[in-house]
Amino acid sequence: MPNTQQLQDLTTQVRRDILRMVHKVNSGHPGGSLGCAEFFVCLYQEIMDRNDNFDMDGIGEDLFFLSNGHISPVFYSVLARSGYFPVDELNTFRLIDSRLQGHPTTHEGLPGVRVASGSLGQGFSVALGAAETKKLNKDNHLVYSLHGDGELQEGQNWEGIMYAAANNVDNIISTIDLNGQQIDGATDDVLPMGSVRAKFEAFGWTVVDIEYGNDIDAILKGMAEAKSLTGKGKPVCVLLKTVMGNGVDFMMHTHAWHGKAPNDEQLAIGLSQNAETLGDY
Amino acid sequence: MKTYTNTGNKDTRSGFGAGLTELGKTNENVVALCADLIGSLKMDEFKANHPERFFQVGIAEANMIGLAAGMTIGGKIPFTGTFANFSTGRVYDQIRQSIAYSDKNVKICASHAGLTLGEDGATHQILEDIGLMKMLPGMTVINTCDYNQTKAATIAIAEHHGPVYLRFGRPKVANFTPEDQNFEIGKAVQLTEGNDVTIVATGHLVWEALEAAKTLNEQGISAEVINIHTIKPLDDKAILDSVSKTGCIVTAEEHNYLGGLGESVSRVLAQHKPTPQEFVATNDTFGESGTPAQLMEKYGLNASAIVKATETVLKRK
Repeated sequence: MPNTQQLQDLTTQVRRDILRMVHKVNSGHPGGSLGCAEFFVCLYQEIMDRNDNFDMDGIGEDLFFLSNGHISPVFYSVLARSGYFPVDELNTFRLIDSRLQGHPTTHEGLPGVRVASGSLGQGFSVALGAAETKKLNKDNHLVYSLHGDGELQEGQNWEGIMYAAANNVDNIISTIDLNGQQIDGATDDVLPMGSVRAKFEAFGWTVVDIEYGNDIDAILKGMAEAKSLTGKGKPVCVLLKTVMGNGVDFMMHTHAWHGKAPNDEQLAIGLSQNAETLGDY
Repeated sequence: MKTYTNTGNKDTRSGFGAGLTELGKTNENVVALCADLIGSLKMDEFKANHPERFFQVGIAEANMIGLAAGMTIGGKIPFTGTFANFSTGRVYDQIRQSIAYSDKNVKICASHAGLTLGEDGATHQILEDIGLMKMLPGMTVINTCDYNQTKAATIAIAEHHGPVYLRFGRPKVANFTPEDQNFEIGKAVQLTEGNDVTIVATGHLVWEALEAAKTLNEQGISAEVINIHTIKPLDDKAILDSVSKTGCIVTAEEHNYLGGLGESVSRVLAQHKPTPQEFVATNDTFGESGTPAQLMEKYGLNASAIVKATETVLKRK
């Protein structure tokens, strides 16, 4: 089991991967990816019980679904560095004939991806379906999912959120990346949502807060608590407060880097703030 | 001319229900989801027999489609049930991303398709669904013609890996295909042999095509009627073989002429054997309230419309 420093080192390397991937093709979504780097590292290195060999059906292991597919850079980096495919393949991000499409897909057969995402708001339903099948299969493993906060503006989420509590889907931990930003600006300016916690509670979910969603110890503690709350008849939601663009000072606390790649100079600054700990691809 | 006997009017949706009941007994991986229309979709028996494999999702079709996609992960074969309108147009992007693009083994089962839904009117009568579904890469599109065929198709699609759109209807219509038929996806069924005109029909229009062929036969016109239950993949060979003999074709469907079976047939003919074709289909319009028979008459989707289209196409030979 990796210690906090090892997880921190991997996070730094993942940040470098994200920056280099989007810089190379001058496209992609670095802001949300950077904000969720610690979460992905903890999820794949520590929290999930997963098999080494990828199998679509995922029987006998925990599953993860990324609903806000635009943060594919962090997903791809962590999948590669967790052994799902060669790290070198990160070089092909968004290029023609690549398995690393702009948004994640099963279509090109990339190990680690179980459903396409990118068109927002569909991940709750898919994750809940997989959780129902786990119950039918008497498979006691869990289903994890991640969703953007802006993404909650899509109505389909609330169909799924309502379904989950009504049907006691208690083998799922759905995390909301509360970074408060979306493409057009602050979430509170674009379409204020009020209290996300109150909404999930009203819909019958158990809610866990992770106040410092870019702190590895806080994530591990919060997710352990979330795990302890599964199997009790209610679905579990984690509100993960993150800083968009975390780890690259000029990208932090703004929506400006939601879907914009750094230029050469900006890349150099970003990399200088994140040491090469495990070797660049 | 070979003739067919109606063994008693039955609704195609009951054929779906009977097929699903059978699958419940024979395939433990089959699960069913419904968006508050269990009675309309005839899913009651499956639900009663297998409550643990039945999922009532409420009036939330988008969630139903996503749930079904997720349920395939771990080996289940989900059958979703709602009206054709709510099975397609309402949830197009959910089907596109979570099912078709993700290659999920979901069977989208759609009742009350077309005008024959009747009195509820155009909000519920979709005439665009075949087009919507056939455009999705990897989607198989089936429109069955009677109770027996719908039952056979329901059972057959469980054995086919990949997304399927199965379209059927509300009213009781002639039941004339064999009870013990072997349903082969993508394989057209030649119902009559003829030399003067090819009539390819799908869904409720197949029986009308047989009725039309009888009338035409009395006029000395020999019609080859082909039941195209699978619109995608289309049985190109069956169509080309038949028009090679007859030299003209009428297509008949309970759907808009834009995007339907007729256009798929036109594509095959344009590429391989340009042939005069007439369309029995709705003419880029919405439906309205009325009885199924009144609507099919008003919008020109019955045996007499097929006879008329045949007379027109014969002059173009």
